[in-house]
Amino acid sequence: MSISKEEVLHVANLARLHLTEEEVALYTKQLNDILNFAQKLNELDTEGIEPTSHPFRIVNVLREDEVRPSLSREDALRNAPDAEDGYFRVPAVLEG
Amino acid sequence: MSLFAKRLSEVHKELREKKVSVTELVEASLARIREVDGKVKAFLHLDEEGAKRKAKELDEKIAKGEEWGLLFGLPAGIKDNIVTEGVVTTCASKILENYVPVYNATVMDKLNAADAVMVGKTNMDEFAMGGSTENSAFFDTHNPWDLERVPGGSSGGSAAAVAAGEVYFALGSDTGGSIRQPAAYCGVVGLKPTYGLVSRFGLVAFASSLDQIGPITKNVEDAAYVLQAIAGHDPYDSTSANVEIPDYLSALTGDVKGLKIGVPKEYIGEGLDAGVKDRIMEALRVLEKLGATWEEVSLPHTEYNVPTYYLIAPSEASSNLARYDGVRYGVRADNAENLIEMYKESRSKGLGPEVKRRIMLGTYALSSGYYDAYYKKAQQVRTLIKRDFEQLFATYDVIIGPTAPTPAFKLGEQVDDPLTMYLNDIYSIPVNLAGIPAISVPCGFVNGLPVGLQIMGKPFDEPTILRVAHAYEQATDHHKAKPQL
Repeated sequence: MSISKEEVLHVANLARLHLTEEEVALYTKQLNDILNFAQKLNELDTEGIEPTSHPFRIVNVLREDEVRPSLSREDALRNAPDAEDGYFRVPAVLEG
Repeated sequence: MSLFAKRLSEVHKELREKKVSVTELVEASLARIREVDGKVKAFLHLDEEGAKRKAKELDEKIAKGEEWGLLFGLPAGIKDNIVTEGVVTTCASKILENYVPVYNATVMDKLNAADAVMVGKTNMDEFAMGGSTENSAFFDTHNPWDLERVPGGSSGGSAAAVAAGEVYFALGSDTGGSIRQPAAYCGVVGLKPTYGLVSRFGLVAFASSLDQIGPITKNVEDAAYVLQAIAGHDPYDSTSANVEIPDYLSALTGDVKGLKIGVPKEYIGEGLDAGVKDRIMEALRVLEKLGATWEEVSLPHTEYNVPTYYLIAPSEASSNLARYDGVRYGVRADNAENLIEMYKESRSKGLGPEVKRRIMLGTYALSSGYYDAYYKKAQQVRTLIKRDFEQLFATYDVIIGPTAPTPAFKLGEQVDDPLTMYLNDIYSIPVNLAGIPAISVPCGFVNGLPVGLQIMGKPFDEPTILRVAHAYEQATDHHKAKPQL
């Protein structure tokens, strides 16, 4: 199973990354190397095996639904590259 | 420098007897950093002002006869993926080069309560992705034992800082070996706690089901002290374990009589450097002399460790790193015409090649049509790997082997081949996949380069791995060796 240049571009778009021509070629090769290596897992029969998403099973870690102190708006905006009137300012979302 | 070689109890004795002040301890740390860090480059930033201010407060505590925290007065280096309020935290990435956190990681609050003194933030592989610290966006760190070699990674700065005597202890983080491997390469002790034992709140997430913060120290006793200070349930971390924290120091009895050790044959066979193997076998003989017994055992899924990890970790990373988009913090590329372009420009300019590679890999493995074949499959194999350990721990108290297949390699030697770099993690990765604790302790040298012995334990059985590591350490002289800088 190998990943094509087109798939690499598709994945880059999903991951919100711009790749140069050089990077596309390099990542296509490197991802293929890694994915070919990962094919090894197909040697194993995992029929009926539960996937592990966390080493130890903890369920529904919740707290009481009560209002508690949080970050002040000032602190929340402190590292903002661009802020205005208490909002994070960003370029317009692409239309269409 | 000689002060940092002393036992914690001795340093505290000298403080109590007013032979030295906290201010002098901190000055000694800063002086040592000035002396050697030009060559080692363990630190990304120093907080001299903050450290001196804290030192003054602590000296006042002594004068007033107030109670001391467990790590009173000890200068510490903190890996730069641990959030420190008011002190820049970059994760060694350009995308966060200007990020100043507005809160403290829970471990930082705990270190402050224990009266430790943070001296600065240490270098690492960008976003903890790497095994040599060469992926830092800023500069390489050099191994104090041979400046032309890597310190290991991703906690290379922390390990080098302790090895070079720049700080009394350091904190690192470990997702696939990032505390233990650099500890092995730098000839110091590194402990990865059981998953959930130490809070991840304020640890910049790489792979949420694998990450843990842990101590890097000059000996096992110090690691026990630091673990005591940082372990514990945290309501801010929903994956934090709600377990009683034992007294780790009282575990250091020196007694391993009757201890049953399993040594996986897959860890002492093909792929292991012959010199490293010799050191491991010598270490096992030391433990036998102390009354332990060992047997060759099997971890049959060992050959699947690396591909499993390199599907799971990048998948989780691709999700965790989606937040670096230039909107709320970090570096934003200007001149983008619209929001999506801004995301793409900021991320492409701000993230390094290894990070991009793993994000791409993870995005692909999780994408529609491939999720079952890659991510889900890897999670199922993770179950099999975890079971291998559970089966062994029904019989054996600890599992022992090498931390890494070779000693430290040369800077630049592996940068062009990611897959070779990944294979260095073969013995360390399964520990994170299974969630169990493990400690790397120095066990000698090969061609003048340190070698680490890895001791793995049952979940939440840090007392046993500390006991074994300590008993072994005290029966040898390796922990006394220091690099000539």
